[in-house]
Amino acid sequence: MSEQNATQESMHIDPYERNWIRISIILLIVFAAAVTIAGFALGFQVPSPEERVDPNNLTGPWENPGLRELSPGVYDLYIIGNATTWQFEPREVEVPVGSTVSFYVTSTDIQHGFKLQDTNINMQIVPGQVSKLTYTFDEVGTYDYICTEYCGVGHAAMFGSLTVVEK
Amino acid sequence: MATREDSGKGTLTTYEVTKSDKRFIGAHILVAVIALSIGSLFGPLQAFQFSGVDLYPYLQPVFKSYYQGLTIHGVLNALVWTTFFITGFFTLTTIWGFKRGLRYPTLNRVGFWTMVVGLVMAAVPILLDEASVLYTFYPPLQANWAFYAGLTLVVVGSWIEGYGFFFTYRAWRKDNPDTRTPFIAFGGLATMAMWQFATLGIAVEILTMLLPWSLGLIEGTDPQLARTYFWFTGHPLVYFWLLPAYVSWYGMLPKQAGGKLFSDSLARLAFWLFILLSVPLGFHHQFVDPGVPAGWKYIHAVLTYSVFFPSMLTAFTVIASLERAARNRGGKGLIGWVRALPWNNGSVTAQLLAGILFMFGGIGGLTNASYNVNLVVHNTTWVPGHFHLTVATAVTLSFMGISYWLVPWITGKPLWKPRWAVIQAWTWFIGMLIFSNAMHVLGLLGAPRRTPLGVAPYVPEEWSGHLLRVGLGGAILFVSAVMFVWIVAKTAWQRERLPVGAEVEIPVAESMQDPQLTPRWLDRWVPWIVGTILLILVAYGPQLVDQIANIDLGSGQAPTIRPW
Ligand code: HEM
Ligand SMILES: [Cu+2]
Repeated sequence: MSEQNATQESMHIDPYERNWIRISIILLIVFAAAVTIAGFALGFQVPSPEERVDPNNLTGPWENPGLRELSPGVYDLYIIGNATTWQFEPREVEVPVGSTVSFYVTSTDIQHGFKLQDTNINMQIVPGQVSKLTYTFDEVGTYDYICTEYCGVGHAAMFGSLTVVEK
Repeated sequence: MATREDSGKGTLTTYEVTKSDKRFIGAHILVAVIALSIGSLFGPLQAFQFSGVDLYPYLQPVFKSYYQGLTIHGVLNALVWTTFFITGFFTLTTIWGFKRGLRYPTLNRVGFWTMVVGLVMAAVPILLDEASVLYTFYPPLQANWAFYAGLTLVVVGSWIEGYGFFFTYRAWRKDNPDTRTPFIAFGGLATMAMWQFATLGIAVEILTMLLPWSLGLIEGTDPQLARTYFWFTGHPLVYFWLLPAYVSWYGMLPKQAGGKLFSDSLARLAFWLFILLSVPLGFHHQFVDPGVPAGWKYIHAVLTYSVFFPSMLTAFTVIASLERAARNRGGKGLIGWVRALPWNNGSVTAQLLAGILFMFGGIGGLTNASYNVNLVVHNTTWVPGHFHLTVATAVTLSFMGISYWLVPWITGKPLWKPRWAVIQAWTWFIGMLIFSNAMHVLGLLGAPRRTPLGVAPYVPEEWSGHLLRVGLGGAILFVSAVMFVWIVAKTAWQRERLPVGAEVEIPVAESMQDPQLTPRWLDRWVPWIVGTILLILVAYGPQLVDQIANIDLGSGQAPTIRPW
């Protein structure tokens, strides 16, 4: 680690530093591998394009948001965020324990957030887009879904709750 | 008199910075500090609100809401304080690095005044509550057009100042074809070059959508595409903030600590890698967006890990430089050498503490970047908890440290109460430890960001202890911020001058190895710039084409009633 008196152009990497570089690269590869395994093998999901809608004229299931039972214990749940009332519609939902629920959420006006507490459901709600994630509820209890994106003066009060009840 | 040894070559170069250039740099710092002092006022107010002390009703006559305050806090601190400080600091590193005046001083002055005009234009609607859209201004929240026009001018002004540095470089290069670019000047140029690419996203967003829309020329916006444009700029923005601090950590702090730069080549390599890798990974801010395919999110997540690499290089080189400095001063032991650093120097202490908190920030950043782990923390208070370690500490506390020699140098006056500067740095450090830790914990418990938690109906009892700690940390930070502004203001406005011949030295660290021996490929622009463009095209091109081809301006129309 002494002052070098070399006269040739070169990288001159200190041996300690060389090891540090190796460790850094290995560490970052490990992280990337962990993400890859979590995403592909364990199936942790992030939202991906679902469908485009017209926020000024929501049709189909959006005319009547709420739960749709597809088969026993399997549900689609349509939720709309709104920034004139600062409410999610519906505000309250109840499902039996063990249910698998696909959340479809959109907005009639500006952006909102949708975070279902104590779960991995966390989505940006963008007008014109439908955000979708799926979750299976194995525990009885109340799960609040709260707006996590600034959407005007009523933002802090914008939330709803999903109750998971005994079968 | 500014006489010093030119790093490496051992030749003696004399250069005196003109009064007018000093004043020009000082004007940047003045605007920056004013922005920080107003912007920072709202930080503690937010923190107190969390802990149940709501002072907003008392501000009602002037400031209408928590959110108007949060817009001011974000815009003034994250955009104005940083941009003005950075362009001022780089004016100095350019002039001092090249030992010559700016090639076109008028051009830089035009840049500066463009930024000032832009700042005023954006400030008016913000203060009138016509632009309470936060510093990310996601459409279809719609601000007054002057807000968007003002921000555009600030960015354009910063471009122009960057051109001024590039022309100065070219002039210097003509006279010095075979010399390695002096490191501090190179760091500034690299940052400004990266910034030119980075800001394309926001420029396109504002000029093609937000500005014409706010003027009523087009019916609406595509909010998803707007987010993609925004984060194209939004991620490299953090490197625009951080790299000036790195210039100081690599190129100046070792000198202040009594040592040298450990590795000139690796320092340069880190900056090139930042140019190359800063931009093409913005989707990691959009992991929870509905309109971006999961595959592209994954690709950007992996690219995000790669940009940690130059920061790891920085950690090693900076710590190694400091260790050698400390051992020269008699420091001993595996860790014990740390005590031998000049902790009685406020400028050094501020930057050392900034670096320590940045390590925690880096670890948190790895978590944020992790694609699916991100779902736990996205849009929670974890995120502001994280970036108060990075931009509000690693960057801000370093800039404060730089100010402690820069302001005396500009004004020719001694630093007012140097011991206070040391205390200021420590109070920031302690306040931020408490504040940031509480914000991280709250985020893991699910507390949303951008939310006055003191009034949110869903806040469980379990959070209250942490909310209190946010307030406590905020109070300490408030004291620290006031101290900083006070010290700087007193330094500038005191009567006392430095005695003739006792000018403040600009700390420039020599490198241990003659920079002339740094390989030539680390001093060549073309390959790196070409690489940067190619990588951006690969990582962003397909999604940009797709999202633009499917643009739907009807989906993001302004709400009929303003929601704030
Ligand atoms: C004086 C000490 C400071 C305190 C107590 C403080 C406190 C806070 C708090 C509590 C929030 C979260 C508000 C929310 O999400 O509802 C926040 C947001 C923020 N702070 Fe600070 N802050 C301080 C200094 C700074 C500095 C120096 C910077 C940047 C240089 C900064 C940049 C930001 C940004 C960009 C946001 C996000 C705004 C947004 O979500 O739109 N803060 N701050
Ligand atoms: Cu909302």
